[in-house]
Amino acid sequence: MGMTMTEKILARASGRETVEPGEIVEVAVDLVMTNDITAPLSIREFKKTGLERVFDPKKVVLVPDHFVPAKDIKSAEQAKIMREFAHEQGTIYFEVGRAGIEHVVLPENGLTLPGQVIIGADSHSCTYGAFNAFSTGMGSTDIAAAMALGTTWVRVPPSIKYVYKGTLPEDIGGKDLILHTIGLIGVDGALSAAMEFTGPVIDKLSIDDRIEMANMAIEAGAKTGIFPFDELTREWMAQYSDNPYEPVFSDDDATYQEVIEIDVTDLRPVVALPHLPSNTHAAADIHDMTIQQVVIGSCTNGRISDLREVAAILKGQQVHPEIRCIIIPGSQEVAKQATREGLTDIFLDAGAIFSTSTCGPCLGGYMGVLAEGERCVSTTNRNFRGRMGHRNAEIILAGPRVAAASAIAGKVADPRALPVAAI
Amino acid sequence: MRFQGKNWKFPDDVDADVIIPARYLMTTDADELAEHVMEDIDPGFSKKVQKGDIIVAGANFGCGSSREHAPIAIKAAGVSCIIAKSYARIFYRNAINIGLPIVECPEAVDDAEEGDEFEIDTDEGWVRNTRTGKSYEVKPFDPFIQDIIAAGGLMEAVAKRVREQGRVAE
Repeated sequence: MGMTMTEKILARASGRETVEPGEIVEVAVDLVMTNDITAPLSIREFKKTGLERVFDPKKVVLVPDHFVPAKDIKSAEQAKIMREFAHEQGTIYFEVGRAGIEHVVLPENGLTLPGQVIIGADSHSCTYGAFNAFSTGMGSTDIAAAMALGTTWVRVPPSIKYVYKGTLPEDIGGKDLILHTIGLIGVDGALSAAMEFTGPVIDKLSIDDRIEMANMAIEAGAKTGIFPFDELTREWMAQYSDNPYEPVFSDDDATYQEVIEIDVTDLRPVVALPHLPSNTHAAADIHDMTIQQVVIGSCTNGRISDLREVAAILKGQQVHPEIRCIIIPGSQEVAKQATREGLTDIFLDAGAIFSTSTCGPCLGGYMGVLAEGERCVSTTNRNFRGRMGHRNAEIILAGPRVAAASAIAGKVADPRALPVAAI
Repeated sequence: MRFQGKNWKFPDDVDADVIIPARYLMTTDADELAEHVMEDIDPGFSKKVQKGDIIVAGANFGCGSSREHAPIAIKAAGVSCIIAKSYARIFYRNAINIGLPIVECPEAVDDAEEGDEFEIDTDEGWVRNTRTGKSYEVKPFDPFIQDIIAAGGLMEAVAKRVREQGRVAE
C-alpha cells in the first residue's frame, strides 16, 4: 500500500520501511526551534536532564521575535535567558537587527528543507510544509526533550487531501485560499491531521502563497500542512540554500482520510470576522464595518511579496485620517528589500508606520495593542478574543490587499473596489 | 489517579490565548500565570476557582498557540482535571508533559451542568456525575503516553533515558 508524503518523511526519520496513521513513532529531528516566549521554559526543562550540551547545536535554533526589541524589563529578562543559553551552547541564533520573525528568517537562511522533520515551540511551526517538510508546533517541554535527545515522538497523522481546482483570480492569494478553506472545514476541521494541499491551482501557486497556507494549517487544528515538491520549490531552494535535501512524493495509491475538492474560480477576497478564523466572508459583503487600526505583517504575511501587494494599493493614496496603519516587515532582509524597491517611502508617504520586525501586535504584545471596543483589520493569523489586546476588541483577519484597501477606506473594504497604482 | 470536584463549564474552541493572554507571558512563574487563568473568557475565574475543581469543556480545548503557559496556569490555579470533548493536539501534549490530568469524554460534557460534581478515575477509565449518578467510560491513553504519565512527566522520562545512555552520571 502506498504512503502519503507525510508518512514517507516520518517513516524515513524513524528508520522504518512504512508507517501507518495512528502509530506512534520516534523520529530524528532535523531542526528544533524556540523563541523568546517559549525558550525560557524549554531551557529550564532541558536543565532538568542534567545534560550540559544540546544534542547538536547546529540543529537547534533560537529566535528572539515575539517581544523584542524588549518591550519591558520582564521580556528583556526572558530574552536574556535565551541569548545566554544560545551563546553558551553555540546554537544557531538570530539577534535583533539581523533577524526577524522565526518563520520568515529560517527559510531565508536556507535552514528549512524538503523532506525534513522540523519542530518548533511555536504553533505556526507548521509553516515549513510549504517546502515539503514535515513541520509542526509543540510546547516548550517537547522542545526541551528534543534538544536533549535529537528525537521526538509523533503519532502518524491521517492525511486529508485538499484539491484546489478552477481558475485562480489574479488578486486571490494564499491567505484567501487558507481562510476560505478554514471557513469550509472549521477550526478543528483537520484536527491532528496532515493537510495535503494539491491540485492544478497549487501547481501554479507561488512559494510565498504556499507559505501563507501551510502557516495557518494549525488554525484548522492540523498537525501539519504540506505541499508537493515541484519545480517552483526547486527554484526557491536553489535561491536560498546550498544544503542537500531529499524531497518526498505521495504515492498514487496512498490512503487519505478524506479528499476535499475546492473550486477557486469565483473566490472573492476573504475576511474572517471575530472571533474565529473560520468565520469567513467575502470582504465585498461586509458593509460599513468601521475600524481603527490595520496591521500588516506577521509570520503569515510579512514577506516582500505581501509588502509589494500593499504598496501597489497604497501608492499615491493616504491612509484614512482615523486609521493607524502599522506595517511590519517579517525580517531585516524584507525591510532592506522593501527599502531598495521604494516600498518604504510609499508606506511612509501614505501615512503608515513602518516598524522594525517583530511578532508584537499579532499576540497583543506591543506595537499596536487594541483598546476596548476597537476594531482592527490584520494580516495576522488569529482573531481570538483578546488576542491583540482588550478582550472586547475585535480582529478581522485578511490578506494584504484587503488590509491595505481597508486602511484607505477606514472600514473593511474590498480591494477590487479601489484603483491599483502601477508598480 | 482519582479526582473529585465541582466543575466550571466552558464551550467549544477555548483557545490558549483566552486561557492565558500573551500580555502575561513575560514570566514562566506558575503562580503568577495562575492569577490570570481564563481571564479573557471568564474574567474573575482565578478568584473563584477552588483547589480540586474540574474544568468541563467542549471540543478542541486549548486550540491555537503552543504556549505551555496555558496548562501550567490551569494546574497552578488548582484545577485537578479537565474533561473535554476533544483537545487541540499541542495542548494535549503539553498537559501530558507537565502532568495536568486530562480526559476525553463527549457524553459527560453534553450531560454536565456547571457546578455538577464529578468523580474521575484515570486509571480505571471512567467519570461519574454525582448529581445524575451517571457514569461514563473515558478513552484510555495510549500505552506510550501512559508511560510518560507514570514517569511523572516527559522530562522525568527523558532524564531517566539520558542517564541510561550514560550521557549523564547516575
